[in-house]
Amino acid sequence: MASPRRSEGISKLTGRERYVDDLAIDGCWWGMTARSPAPRGRIREIRFGKGVDWSEFVVVDHRDIPGPNEVRLIELDQPVLAADRVRHVHEAVVLVAHPSREMCRRAIREIEIVVDREPPALDFRVTPSPDQIQYADDNVLKHLRIEKGDVERALAGAAHVVEEVYETGAQEHVYLETQGMLAWEDDGVVTVSGSMQCPYYVLNALIHALGRDEKQVRVVQTPTGGGFGGKEDYPSNIALHAALLALKAKHPVKIIYDRGEDLAATTKRHPSLVRHRTGVDSEGRLVAQDIEMILDGGAYVTLSPVVLSRGIIHAAGPYACDNVRIVGRAVMTNSVPFGAFRGFGAPQSLFACERQMDRVARAASLSPAEIRRRNLIRDGQTTSTSQRIDDGTDRLAVLDAALRRSDYDAKREAHRSFNASHPYLRRGMGLASFYHGAGFTGGGEVYLASTQHVAGLPDGRVEVRSASTEIGQGTRTIFATIAASRLGLDESDIVIAEPDTSRVPNSGPTVASRTAMVVGHLLELACDDLRRTLGLPKDAPGDAVRAAIIARLASHPSEELVGKARYKAPPGIQWDEQTYKGDAYGTFAWATYVAEVEVDLRMFETRVIAFDAVQEIGKVLNETLARGQIQGGVVQAIGWALTEDFVWKDGAMANAQLTNYIIPSACDVPPIGVEFLENPYPHGAMGAKGIGELPMDGPAPAICNAVADALGVEPTTIPLTPERLMDLMTEAGVA
Amino acid sequence: MKLLTPGTVPEATAMLRDSGGRAKPIAGATDVFVHWPVRVPADDEIFIDLSGLAELRPHRWTDDELILGALTTYWDVITDPRAAEEFAILVQAARTVGSIQIQTRGTWAGNIANASPAADGVPALMARDAVVELTSAEGVEQVPLDAFYLGYKRFVMKPDQLITAIRLPRRPHHFESFIKVGTRRAQAITKVGVAIAHSDAGWRIVANSMAPTVRRCRALEEALDDQAPLRSPNDFTPLLTRDLAPIDDIRSTAAYRLGVLARVLYHELAPVCGSVGPSGAAS
Ligand SMILES: Cc1cc2nc3c(=O)[nH]c(=O)nc-3n(C[C@H](O)[C@H](O)[C@H](O)COP(=O)(O)OP(=O)(O)OC[C@H]3O[C@@H](n4cnc5c(N)ncnc54)[C@H](O)[C@@H]3O)c2cc1C
Repeated sequence: MASPRRSEGISKLTGRERYVDDLAIDGCWWGMTARSPAPRGRIREIRFGKGVDWSEFVVVDHRDIPGPNEVRLIELDQPVLAADRVRHVHEAVVLVAHPSREMCRRAIREIEIVVDREPPALDFRVTPSPDQIQYADDNVLKHLRIEKGDVERALAGAAHVVEEVYETGAQEHVYLETQGMLAWEDDGVVTVSGSMQCPYYVLNALIHALGRDEKQVRVVQTPTGGGFGGKEDYPSNIALHAALLALKAKHPVKIIYDRGEDLAATTKRHPSLVRHRTGVDSEGRLVAQDIEMILDGGAYVTLSPVVLSRGIIHAAGPYACDNVRIVGRAVMTNSVPFGAFRGFGAPQSLFACERQMDRVARAASLSPAEIRRRNLIRDGQTTSTSQRIDDGTDRLAVLDAALRRSDYDAKREAHRSFNASHPYLRRGMGLASFYHGAGFTGGGEVYLASTQHVAGLPDGRVEVRSASTEIGQGTRTIFATIAASRLGLDESDIVIAEPDTSRVPNSGPTVASRTAMVVGHLLELACDDLRRTLGLPKDAPGDAVRAAIIARLASHPSEELVGKARYKAPPGIQWDEQTYKGDAYGTFAWATYVAEVEVDLRMFETRVIAFDAVQEIGKVLNETLARGQIQGGVVQAIGWALTEDFVWKDGAMANAQLTNYIIPSACDVPPIGVEFLENPYPHGAMGAKGIGELPMDGPAPAICNAVADALGVEPTTIPLTPERLMDLMTEAGVA
Repeated sequence: MKLLTPGTVPEATAMLRDSGGRAKPIAGATDVFVHWPVRVPADDEIFIDLSGLAELRPHRWTDDELILGALTTYWDVITDPRAAEEFAILVQAARTVGSIQIQTRGTWAGNIANASPAADGVPALMARDAVVELTSAEGVEQVPLDAFYLGYKRFVMKPDQLITAIRLPRRPHHFESFIKVGTRRAQAITKVGVAIAHSDAGWRIVANSMAPTVRRCRALEEALDDQAPLRSPNDFTPLLTRDLAPIDDIRSTAAYRLGVLARVLYHELAPVCGSVGPSGAAS
């Protein structure tokens, strides 16, 4: 069956879609940001140079903030604009607005922020000295712990114990559209419109720092050119900046980051260090997993506690093991804050887990496939949080499908003779088995209590009202499919409302692979409610629904005809936030990925020459979109694994240009085979589980496992740049 | 900002002279635009748009030379079958530049004048003994490309001079090759690059991203001319360091650059050069 087309596809493809930078507003001014030059210190003075006529500008600093100087998120530690001290390079301090963008640029060059420096904490891996402490008494933003069984005893009795430390680097989202916001005030209402994933996060941040009530603020998402988590929390900061300038200038103000500013100042994926101590019995069965995960949290709390939470919950992998201890901490440093990024901590911990499984396999004299086959969780067994898995998914079938698709065994054989004869090329195969929990962690969905509406329109069509945003992943298309299928209508009968907080309810943030699964299911329930409101039976056909809507609105033209749904946890879900025990997620998607690499020993370059991704995702809602999610995620993960290296200076990015921060080009990407297995999840829309983040988890360990297979060295740190691989081989004495 | 649009070379050189050295020529603008306007305030700049100088675009073949115009692009060379036959190394290098979009706009002359140590066109030109024709209001001068650069972003060309042609002698070659090591396979700035050419005039080994300028590795050239034995990558290193001075920067490390250049040269030369024995295989 052909997948339904995306409704906004043609306008995006032809360049006609209007992003926030494309919106021409009469009387609009430009806004720009002056930033901290220092990683930590006290602001002594702000000097305004003589190169521009300051009377033409509106200048905003922390004193112009009507409410508390706090960006509302998990904690309130991040100021909207730094007041007396700065905690990271590029922290926003002063804003300027002017009708001309070029004049703003000049003004920023004229502003000098003088900082009396204090000792920064820049390496999250080392214990801070007393003069570097800035959060609690140890700079630790969050401690978390998972315990199951008795790890020490099991390790003492294990046939083999393998210990290793793994590290992963930061990563930039590189959404095609850089961050941008437009703000204006009209009739006492401040409206902020721009590129974002989560309109209600922005709304709540505006209410808080502008000291306004809900009716005096409004947030509208403009078509958004990619997010990947980068537009989960940071848009609140820019929205506040644009709003403050607009209020003071009494003009609409637009802030559009250029690529350099976006790379330098916005959030990134958390760097990590993960330590594993793993015990197996003589058959290669896991008896103990002792894991420590440390994240670089950056200068403010942002989302670090929940990233850590997802990270540690995924850290033991999709395996059954009776004795597990996972301790995690997110550590404050004076780096540009880290934030949400596709996978949200799981790619980091799964990189370590899946590299470790290969090492354990070697210790137990098993093949990488066999160690996974013996340990993959079976129905009735439990995860590290003691969540009982009983979904009927055949996880071995996922592994076998991946091995079959990639021709794993035959290729490994062929590579052995190739490697023995080629002067400088070496080939290898690597695999990774993993899982990804969809939706908010633990009690998160209950806490969110998302709501979703559908409304009948006078012409009989149905409007989906949701704050879940289209960010390139296909929300609009999926929602049309779900609503049409539930109501027996055609996709063309479904209208997707613009995410405007004055019109759409809070369906929660567009994150955590939750939109299709969690919000999509709410959409189904809202459709049922609409049918009920119309007095129709559950199986009433689409024609009857359409006719009833037209009739109702003809007789009651001033009424709103709305079907509603609010989240309720599926029955039987239990989570204990204190002990970190129970059902961490409603369900998991299961996957095995296989990478085939070729390493060129002349320049130590690793090239992925083939890739296969097999996953069980409940139900494929749209084959084209689903494949696109997987392939795109794999490409993004190839970059993270091999080339996307951060050059740090004072906790900021010294290579903040796309010429020097290297994402893969089309020439660097292999053919990516994608296969879906389906085992419908009863509480997801049409049976779907989340898939957005899943493909970010597997590729990096699969690629490094393939490098290990090709070269006989053990990469532990990514990105595995050619320089790093040269060092690794030199240390191993095989360069 | 001021943009001047001359119609002839004499007009252009007069504008250069009259600006007192302040005006900047623009050919494909692929380098000029990268820094404009965000990083460099462009308000006070004077640009001279060369695109109206039609006579500078085509490349020409004479009995003993290939002459590239100042506006000849990479793409012009890539699409000339004769170039593929006689100057394969130019085509090979051109194909590594940026992307097709850049190859169709970027010029060889712009690559020379931009004077980046990472320039990919320059090593291939230098390995083929290119001579740069410089024209000013005062007259015309011919400078061998390997004598063009004085140091990082410094060259013998004066602010009132324009590159008007690049001359390449037509000469049969026994071997030529261009290797570019970037971090990805397109749109990459070279971390290690080398052009290798061998004709009756001798060996030419020209490296980019290995010194403040693109530079010939004369010590290695001599060793090859003398058929000195080079039996492993390690034998190349001391010869390379006589002419090159790689650095650590945000793109790579000095150790990587030197080590990889030695390995690349070893593997490139092993099959074509008797004195480079395969006995000390490199892995
Ligand atoms: C996305 C991208 C990718 C790139 N990739 C590569 C790459 O892989 N390898 C590489 O080597 N380069 C690369 N470049 C750089 C650039 O494309 C090349 O250096 C190109 O050859 C420059 O030619 P141009 O005609 O565009 O020069 P311009 O930008 O027009 O000029 C460059 C400089 O030369 C001067 N100049 C130009 N013509 C003359 C003349 N006739 N006489 C005197 N001075 C002159 C200008 O004043 C200026 O200083 C890339 C650039 C971009 C934007």
